[in-house]
Formats: sequence, structure tokens, C-alpha cells
Amino acid sequence: MVALYQGRRRSRAPTWYFNMNNILLKNINKPNSTDIETYLKGGGYKSLEKALKEYTPKDVIDIVQKSGLRGRGGAGFPTGKKWEFAAADKNTPRYLLCNADEGEPGTYKDRPIIEKDPHQLIEGIIISGYAIGAAACYIYIRGEYAYGADVLRRAIAQAYKKGFLGKKILGKKFDFDLYVHKGAGAYVCGEETALIESLEGKRGQSRIKPPFPVNVGVWNKPTVINNVETLANISHIINNGPDWFKTMGPEKCPGPKIYSISGHVNKPGNYELIMGTPLKDLIYKYGGGIRNGRNLKAVIPGGASTPVLKPEQIDVNMDYESVGAVGSMLGSGAVMVMDETVCMVGVARRLLKFFAHESCGKCSPCREGTHWLVQILDRIVSNEGKIEDIDLMLDICDNMRGKTFCPLGDGAINPVLSTIKHFKDEYLIHIEEKRCPVGYRHSEHCL
Amino acid sequence: MSDTNIEKKGYAFSKEGMNRLKEMMKDYPSSDALLLPALYIAQEEFGHLDTEALQYVADVLKVPKSKVYGVATYYTMYKTKPTGKHLIQVCTNLSCSLLGADHIVKYLENKLTIKVGETTPDKKFTLITVECLGSCGTAPMMQVNDTYYENLTEKEIDRILEELK
Repeated sequence: MVALYQGRRRSRAPTWYFNMNNILLKNINKPNSTDIETYLKGGGYKSLEKALKEYTPKDVIDIVQKSGLRGRGGAGFPTGKKWEFAAADKNTPRYLLCNADEGEPGTYKDRPIIEKDPHQLIEGIIISGYAIGAAACYIYIRGEYAYGADVLRRAIAQAYKKGFLGKKILGKKFDFDLYVHKGAGAYVCGEETALIESLEGKRGQSRIKPPFPVNVGVWNKPTVINNVETLANISHIINNGPDWFKTMGPEKCPGPKIYSISGHVNKPGNYELIMGTPLKDLIYKYGGGIRNGRNLKAVIPGGASTPVLKPEQIDVNMDYESVGAVGSMLGSGAVMVMDETVCMVGVARRLLKFFAHESCGKCSPCREGTHWLVQILDRIVSNEGKIEDIDLMLDICDNMRGKTFCPLGDGAINPVLSTIKHFKDEYLIHIEEKRCPVGYRHSEHCL
Repeated sequence: MSDTNIEKKGYAFSKEGMNRLKEMMKDYPSSDALLLPALYIAQEEFGHLDTEALQYVADVLKVPKSKVYGVATYYTMYKTKPTGKHLIQVCTNLSCSLLGADHIVKYLENKLTIKVGETTPDKKFTLITVECLGSCGTAPMMQVNDTYYENLTEKEIDRILEELK
């Protein structure tokens, strides 16, 4: 139990976190953990040295491919594969973008890495940049993480001073620059093409794919976009080898994973465990069970855009394949826990209001669909819904699924579809009996 | 966004602000990328981004004002209207709502005797609600200007507001 944030983060109560693996969060408790000297004392930047001196860029890509590392931002795309595509494109300069636009509701796993161990991220970035032959990397950090952006800027300046960034890094023919670019408040900029648009100084609206960013990315150059947690893994893979990495968790997606647990649990927090930790353990063993001795009603396993699971579905391992098999998604690994006092129609409405607010407005299925869903959910929660509204919502969702430029639209329908699937009785009580199923009307629990 | 009622304020970046912008030009292969950072500097120096401020940024960067306006109004962190000295932003997304964000908003409304979206008459506090700020394990939470305040309780809010006064 340790309070994670100091300085401009003012938190009176402790933030819980478990450091089971001692990999990604191993430095978080050290005094002056953001200082480069602390990081160097703990063996920091050794893997950068190893990568540059012992391996060619292609070797590094092969090692990462062999490790089986998959992107931790939510989509789970094999990291080495992405690098290979970009490195194969002859167009130069290539760019690396670090996606630090952590915005998926429920997710706060990148924050401890950014705020408490920036050099781990920076080292991973430099090695990745070397592998793909990038000229520079931009860390696109959400504007609200002003504190984290300051920590990163200080750390980057230190890394330049030590010669880990800039010209002829460690005496090698390798020049690489690293910058911090602040977003300004738009969830959709976590989507890679919207992030690119935003970095280019435009409204952050997603582009249609293909072409994919690995070929036509920022300033129309080959671009790799990796999540903070993904890049934090790189130095450990180089240090310990791909076989070591593969010993952790399931064969198809090995490695450590930081799970963010929030909602009605006794000990919410960031837990570094291995990929494939059972969801039940996250809630009861690590999360300390449900608050006030209440019963579990529902769990969102991977952030707001992943489908809700029922209590009988929590016997599932938290990895991409296993969560997919029970009809949801691992997403960012952000577990949101809800107890029996929560109205699930209210939850769907709350999340849809978020998606409607964040829809970039470029493509009509998402722009119109999210707003219509909010209006219908509003009237159901106000007990003015009609029985046809359920079919109407299913129809709207059907017209959004797979028909939007980016995954925001696909994600937005999940809270609606999964609550209708698992908690249809609650919709019917709101519509037919004109009351909230958990006994509240317009209370905070209808959200 | 009509100019007619706006007193001309003659906005200009400070020397330091202009230097920061010039420094940043070296970081990007295209000066278009400076629009978001330039809007941040403008907001810091001018308080909020009214029509004249947006025109100034457009002139400095030599981009159309329509583009600057489009970008400034797209992102939630750019303020096109004046706010109080302390901008109180309460997260009301799911994790915070589950742990009483609604109550926090009501408590602040009563305490400051304003509604969400309003500013106190002494221009000290503006209260708004925002979407997820990545503090879900320490919910409920709010951000005041750039500072996160987490694990909020009524007592904690009293203390924070007293400190900010």
C-alpha cells in the first residue's frame, strides 16, 4: 500500500497497487524515481547499450517478434509485426509515436509509468526507434496529464545530457530525437489516425484506413504508434530475452500486464500481474472484494468500450483470447466493478453520454448514432420509454457496427448491446413499470 | 463570434512566449504542428481564447483563422469563454459516478452557490463537469486548473476550497 502520487497530485488516501512481477512497476517506490541517476543505479539504459552494441535493428525487431509482445493499448496487435511493416517501407524519415493519450474510462495504467518511471519509457522508445529506423519520436500525452508531461520533459532533458538522445547515440551511427506533444482534451485522439491528425495541428478526427499509418502516417511518412505500456516492456525484453518473456502468461499473448481496477471494490488500484490473471482474482483477491459486503452485479473488463460481463462470467482469464471467448474484450485491462445497487440502464446511458460527447463528428453513423442512443436512453431512465425503444436501439447499433471510420463507434454500441443482452429485465422494468429496478428514480445510482 | 462588441485588446505574445514558440519550431518538420502548442501559450497569456486571440494566433502562424477557430473549439481544454481564477473540473464518468461524483457536484454547487457551467460573482471559481481524467482508482476526483485532487470527501472539498480562496 503506497501513495503513488505526490507533488501536484494531491491524494490523501492511499492508492493501492500490487507489484507482483517487479517488472514494469519495479522502480515506482524508489525515492527520486524520476531521476536518471536513480534509474542508472538500478541498471537503467543497459538494455539500450546492449541493443545498440550487440544487435542490428533487424535483430531487435526479430527479438520483439519472438517475444510475442502484443500492443497494450487495447487492440492487441503484435508489436514486432507493426515494426516490421514500417521498417520495410523505404519512404523516410520514419516516425515513432508514443500514445500517452490515456483516455479510455477506467484506465489509468500508463500514469504510474509516466509520472514515476519516465526513463523506463524513454529507454523503450529509443530502442524501438532504433529498431524501426525512426528519425524521431513524439510522445502524444493527453493535455490533462500536465504533471506527467512535465516529468517526461525533465527526464528527456536528462537523457539528452547523458548522450542517450541526440546525435550519434552511444557512439553509434544513430541519431534520434524525442519530444513531448500535449493533446488538448479529446478522447478520440487515442485512436491512432486521430492522434496523427492532432499532432499535425488539426482537429483530431480519424482517417479512413487503408492506407495504414505504418505506410502513410504523420506527415505522410511511415509511422509506428505504440502505447506507453507496450514501449515500457521493450527494455526488459532486450535485457532478459524473448524466451524469458514467453514464460509469463498465455502463449498467444505473454508478458506482464498492469490492470487498473476501479468502482465498487475495497482496494481499487493499479496491479502489475501477468497476462491472463483470472478476472475473479482481480476482483476478489487483489481488489479486496465488493465494498460494504454487497454482491457483484456486473463488470466491465477492459474500459468503457468493452461489453459488460455478468457475475457468472468472471471465471475468465484476462487475456485477449479468453475474454474474447466470453463475448467481451480485454481492451486496456481496465476493470470497472459494479455492485447490486447499480442500475444498468443508467450505466449504459452514462457511458453513451461519454461516447456522444467524444464522437469526432466526421462520420455520420457514429455522430448521429451515439446522440440518438443517448436520447432514447434518457427517456428510458426517465421512465418515459416505449417497448419499441429496445428494438430501435438494436437497429441503431446495427447501423453503427463496422460502419464507422474508427473503433469509437464500434466501442460505443457495446455498453448498449451488452446491457440489453444481460440485463434486459432492467430495461423492461424502467419501461413497463415506470420505475428503476434498483429502487431509485433519477438518483445518483441511475447515473 | 462577432467582433462588433469586442473591445480591441491588442493581443501579443510576451517575449518569453514568442521564444518558446520559436524554440518549438525546431521540433517539427511542419509548422502546422505548432497550432496546438500556440493555442496553449495564447491561453496562458491571454486568459481565454476570444475571437481576437484566435485571429492573433492565425496571424502569427500564418494559417487561416477558420482553421484556428475549428481547432480551438474542437478540444475541450481550450477556453473560448472567460472562466474564474480556479476552474473546477469534476469527473463524472462511470468509475467516479459509481463512487458519488453526483454528490460531489451537488455539494460544490451548494457550497459555491452556482450551477455547473457557471462562475462565482467574485470570478474566483468556475464549476464544470468533465469526462474521465484517468484517476479511476482514486475516485471521486476533480481537477482544479492543472492539479488533480483525488479521493474526495465533503471535508476534503472544504479544505481545498479554503486553501484556494
